[in-house]
Amino acid sequence: MRYAEAGYNLEVDLSRGSIERVETDPKLTELHLGGLGTNSKLLWDRVPPEVEPFSPDNLLIFSTGLLVGTPAVGANRTIVSTISPQTLFMAYSMMGGFWAAELKHAGYDKVIIRGKSPDLVYLWINNDKVEIRDASHLQGKGALETADLITAELNDPKAQVAAIGLAGENKVYFASIEQGRSSASRQGIGAVMGSKGLKAIAVRGTKDVFVARPAEFIELCNDVLKYIRFREENPIPGVMPILAGLGSPQEMAVYDEKWHTASFAWGNARVRRRNFWTEEIEEKWTNEQKEAVERLISCYNCPLECGAVIDYPVLGISKYMMKCFSKLTYTMAALTDSLSFGFDIAGRAQEYGIDGFSAPQVMAFAVELKEAGILTDEDFKGCPSDKEGRFYWLLERIVRREGIGDILANGTYWAAKQIGNGAEEFAHNNIKKHEQVPIKLGMLNPIYYLMYSTGEKINITQIEGQFPQAPFPTRKEREDFVKDWFQVPDEKFKEYFVNWEPRGEYSMPYYPGIEACCEIVDWMERMHYIDDSLGVCAGLSSFPLKPPYHIHNYPKFVSAGTGIDIDEEGLTKIANRNRNLTRAVNIRRGMRRADEKPPENHWRRRFPELEKELLDAYYKFKGWNKEGIPTKEYLHELDLAYVSEDFERRGILKNEQS
Amino acid sequence: MSKAKKTVKVITIDIEKCNGCRACEVICSSYHAEPKYSSNNPARSRIRVIRDPLKNIFLPVYAGEYTPAECMGRNKYIIDGREYSECDFCRASCPSRDAFKEPDSGLPLKCDMCEDDPTLEEPLCVQWCLADALVYEEREEEAEEEPKQEDMEIGLRALADKYGLKELVSAVARMAQKE
Ligand code: SF4
Ligand code: SF4
Repeated sequence: MRYAEAGYNLEVDLSRGSIERVETDPKLTELHLGGLGTNSKLLWDRVPPEVEPFSPDNLLIFSTGLLVGTPAVGANRTIVSTISPQTLFMAYSMMGGFWAAELKHAGYDKVIIRGKSPDLVYLWINNDKVEIRDASHLQGKGALETADLITAELNDPKAQVAAIGLAGENKVYFASIEQGRSSASRQGIGAVMGSKGLKAIAVRGTKDVFVARPAEFIELCNDVLKYIRFREENPIPGVMPILAGLGSPQEMAVYDEKWHTASFAWGNARVRRRNFWTEEIEEKWTNEQKEAVERLISCYNCPLECGAVIDYPVLGISKYMMKCFSKLTYTMAALTDSLSFGFDIAGRAQEYGIDGFSAPQVMAFAVELKEAGILTDEDFKGCPSDKEGRFYWLLERIVRREGIGDILANGTYWAAKQIGNGAEEFAHNNIKKHEQVPIKLGMLNPIYYLMYSTGEKINITQIEGQFPQAPFPTRKEREDFVKDWFQVPDEKFKEYFVNWEPRGEYSMPYYPGIEACCEIVDWMERMHYIDDSLGVCAGLSSFPLKPPYHIHNYPKFVSAGTGIDIDEEGLTKIANRNRNLTRAVNIRRGMRRADEKPPENHWRRRFPELEKELLDAYYKFKGWNKEGIPTKEYLHELDLAYVSEDFERRGILKNEQS
Repeated sequence: MSKAKKTVKVITIDIEKCNGCRACEVICSSYHAEPKYSSNNPARSRIRVIRDPLKNIFLPVYAGEYTPAECMGRNKYIIDGREYSECDFCRASCPSRDAFKEPDSGLPLKCDMCEDDPTLEEPLCVQWCLADALVYEEREEEAEEEPKQEDMEIGLRALADKYGLKELVSAVARMAQKE
């Protein structure tokens, strides 16, 4: 009897048109849990470093997390993993919504796609019945529209559909996979889906998912719900509204955007508009948002309502669902004062299926190149001259790969290389070739320096977490904050925070000290790796301040849910194993220390000496050598001897050096 | 029949507050699993959320009585400009649809207000709905006392309707012989 997991994967070869239901090895669950952990294992075992992202040999894995399908609140993540066309490293992007639970109930933990279909197809998984179906009539259709058409043609409104839009079909390097209110949008996994000729996966499941120790498990769930209620009634005092509560940033419910508009950079991640947020703007934006948002909506089995149905008929777009920060990314990148514009273009972009972080930055990058004379009038022939019009025009070009859009569709890094003529200078906000949240700040933050440099998700919002981003102004406030901070893995974290001053001796960049920074980053990261293998939304765990899931209750959830008895130490070891296996996939693909750096201009005040020390110390702390490669000893400790053997065979680790 | 006091259990459903999370389905199916909470399967839930976000339809519906035949006519409701399909508000486990039936056996499901010993403070769907779209109250009413139709009988009726009474009787006879 398998608990929490289905115990089966679905293996689909689109070249041969074959479908297999394959039982999985329970040992792998003990070693890696599920989700990201077992995805990394599959990519390590089956996708050697020579395999190109668009090769039929690349795998595209849709995985549920281990706790998805149990009553664990907010355990609803689909973890999609593949090799990214943009970074050429492992991409893993998560989506919430309803798809993962449906897959688990259909009797599968993962869908593993390989090969390439000659014609556009979609996959229909209905419990034990699985078919590859023709999708030629869906070619060019929007992602949401596709979901609608598929559920209508299957006559099953309860089927959950994950689909790509035109951008994915055209292999835009930042194409997303969309699923109603959620999307897996980073690093171009939608393009990999397009390269396989797969338009969508529809799934419907009506089977039971079991837990090992029911009474214990449900009590843990009830405690989580109780704590969520408590946190809803007691927002964290003294922080901006979006940090006070739980969930993904509550962008759909919060109107106050003073902090984002003042602290994030506008345009091509260049300008700060510190005084943008006036009373007049506040009133205008609040009205626009109220007009646009029809209802706040949640993901499967989660009360947090981080998304919204957007109904804004004056814009002439159809209804869609929005979540999180895409509300602001287009408006800020286009340097307009109109929030309606943001709602409008985000809706169109979602039908095309592109990433709401990368896409606006690519557009702003193009506009800057045009202003600098590096892109020409010829490149922009037919483009309107107003800020918003230009963005709409660029959107249409990019998703169709028309004209200049064909180059821009490869993202800023590759586009700059192709354009040449100094364009590289303008692709300035990337880490490992991937566009980042546009933040440009003054003083180096040593904690964020490490997170940016070493995070394997290559996306800061998926590394950072529950340690506050900055010290609170007074010691009293900090002391109050730590009073009921039971989520810390160790009391020392409270001390680090209480002593952390905005100015003076105990301030950044030298405080928290190097060792403390390593410990803090390690804690943040550990929680993300646990979430991503269990399929629990970061919005209830690793991301917000004082979350309901933490290192003390997670081992109990895993034990009662799966029957695999595990304690904090054991769970930490699995998180480290998964973290290192994910890294190993990238190391084998050539990732080294030189790749591990934040954008040059992320902070105005940089400290090269200190940064070097930080990175050295963190590598050592993590059991990695000076190049950031996990050492033989450490890999053995993590039961990953096969990785170190492979590294030695390839000369990545020298025998004597390890 | 004698008059008696009875407790009427009411769940008020505020569809404007529903966020479509389906936590109510999760906890209902889990609670009714055998043993309790041992498995989860919204397809077995006695509450269903009819969820069509782009039509702004978020409608939790509870399973009511089993019916052997579908309705002669159907009704569409238009409320606040939203069109609900013909069967959306109906509580019946009915041959025209798969809602409120056990996925494997097809046996009808019915909301029992989480009857338990000791009695729960509130039905679990209400407890798990943090959006307060489901609100529970009890009130006393005078009512005719009626003999309660046993669960088994309801199940048998459904099987008879599905396979025919004759088939059912011979199946029971076959089973009895094997025992
Ligand atoms: S916290 Fe928000 S994003 Fe996360 S599962 Fe809940 S509703 Fe979805
Ligand atoms: S738990 Fe409440 S908010 Fe969630 S679907 Fe059910 S009724 Fe709606």
